[in-house]
Amino acid sequence: MELIQFTAAELSEKIRRKEISVLEAVKASLDQIRQMEPEIHSFVTVTEEYAYKRAQKVEKGIRDGQYRGPLAGVPTAVKDNICTAGIPTTCSSKMLEGFVPPYSAEAVRCLERAGAIIIGKTNMDEFAMGSTTETSAFGITRNPWDRERVPGGSSGGSCAAVAAGEAFFALGSDTGGSIRQPSSWCGVTGMKPTYGTVSRNGLIAYGSSLDQIGPIAKNVKDCALVLEAVASWDPMDSTSMKRQDLRFSENLTGDVRGFRVGIPKEYVGEGVEPDVRKAVERAAALLEAAGAAVEQCSLKNTRYAIPTYYIIASAEASSNLSRFDGVKYGYRASEYEGLHEMYKRSRSQGFGTEVKRRIMLGSFVLSSGYYDAYYLKALRAKAVIKEEFDQAFSKYDVILGPAAPTAATRIGESLKDPIQMYLGDIFTVSVNLAGLPALTLPAGLTEDGLPVGVQIIGGCFQEGKIFQAACSLEQALEPWHMAFEKEGHVHGKTV
Amino acid sequence: MAQQIDSEIIDQVSILAKLELTETERQQAMEDMQKMLDYIDQLNELDTSQTEPMPHIFPIQNVFRDDEAVNGDDREAMLKNAPKQKDGQYQVPKTIE
Repeated sequence: MELIQFTAAELSEKIRRKEISVLEAVKASLDQIRQMEPEIHSFVTVTEEYAYKRAQKVEKGIRDGQYRGPLAGVPTAVKDNICTAGIPTTCSSKMLEGFVPPYSAEAVRCLERAGAIIIGKTNMDEFAMGSTTETSAFGITRNPWDRERVPGGSSGGSCAAVAAGEAFFALGSDTGGSIRQPSSWCGVTGMKPTYGTVSRNGLIAYGSSLDQIGPIAKNVKDCALVLEAVASWDPMDSTSMKRQDLRFSENLTGDVRGFRVGIPKEYVGEGVEPDVRKAVERAAALLEAAGAAVEQCSLKNTRYAIPTYYIIASAEASSNLSRFDGVKYGYRASEYEGLHEMYKRSRSQGFGTEVKRRIMLGSFVLSSGYYDAYYLKALRAKAVIKEEFDQAFSKYDVILGPAAPTAATRIGESLKDPIQMYLGDIFTVSVNLAGLPALTLPAGLTEDGLPVGVQIIGGCFQEGKIFQAACSLEQALEPWHMAFEKEGHVHGKTV
Repeated sequence: MAQQIDSEIIDQVSILAKLELTETERQQAMEDMQKMLDYIDQLNELDTSQTEPMPHIFPIQNVFRDDEAVNGDDREAMLKNAPKQKDGQYQVPKTIE
């Protein structure tokens, strides 16, 4: 077995036992990056020099007992909308090209305290707006399973980096599915925690009431360990929650006897590819065999989630992105007359098409005369969607469904029709609207050999139940491999 | 029927959004926003007459703290990212005659 095949937990264990040095681990990741990047392009920035320096410090820290946790010495990648002090953070936008944050996001500081080593910043849809990583100003990322396909998005670079063996785990952000959908399309395990679990301090804001940072990893255990490390109460994030139940790895028993699992019929109905539906059905059967009670349920307001989401997310984006004015940081147009023209030119030249589209929509739904009909209406619809989930979780421990209606799409296919792209978010956006935690893990392959993930959704603060169910499912499924581990895409099992 | 987007609305929204669109972008924006509003229109099928708007999913309260500086002087680090600076401050075009 090659070094880069280890999970984060396995690698740190070997480092602790001095079978592998931190330097060797970092070098292995950087070698893999060198080999894969020309084809995959997961990264916007690779921090080779920083990583080698940090490897020496962490090695010493481990030997001195400063770093004892399961991420000590493990190379990791961070999505490029999460601030890293001294390391460029661009949101994959021309607007922030060359921006070097003077401070790190709280989640990054948590990783550093755990002894993880950042080896680079990953590509994403510009300002996290998109579902394919194609709206990046710095070029597309290719899916490590099929280079003619997208990795999904917006955390496409983070998911591709883990799938390609370039990083042992990664951080992503999820506003409407941006961790879970690319995790599904890249065959990795990703989680969006309950809103308020991971500090948003230092996460460059898109839709503040929906944004959450979360882990992307090779398996469920690593996912739990990374979430444990980055979850924290942070006075710098006023929506941060004080939680006592953060020992997520204690839930990895795999015991689901007596668990009640609901499958919403709207999640396996029309518009869902047969291979995706089969993966969900097979996962349901495996959970049932492990002792869970599985039944069909209904979330009849699912269809309203997308319009509700795009109103709220765009409204918040139009407000959040008003900070980019060419004064304090970021791009400034070279020719202008007066202050207002400078604002307008800088923003018009610095932002890409999709970002401008959402700022325009957001400005419209918040504008005088339309605010009640659109923005307030969406906030009411959000309450209805949340209420429906609350009712469902009074009956079920977890909800099972797909992460996306299809497997990875071909490059160039989605951007032709924005609404068609938005429709692909149908199974993920309602989770953000209701603030719920949800995890995606790989559950099979399509006939074309593309990975298909299933999504396990829990009630607020019920990550424990999600990890229990995910662990059980992972044990019942055949061993899963990352895309880089075999050529010809023959691993996993066709569903 | 969904709200119709005309050039007056697009111009007003561009002002609010502080964006200067080219004529092609403007036409495209009109078309895109119209399509989106036509799609969003289905929300009106959902009866929300008895539902209060929900800005936040948890009943949170504003967080107050004492107004004490805990950060150091980061002026230089902050200014490093400024597109233009002068005498330790951000520089912008002259706005007051």
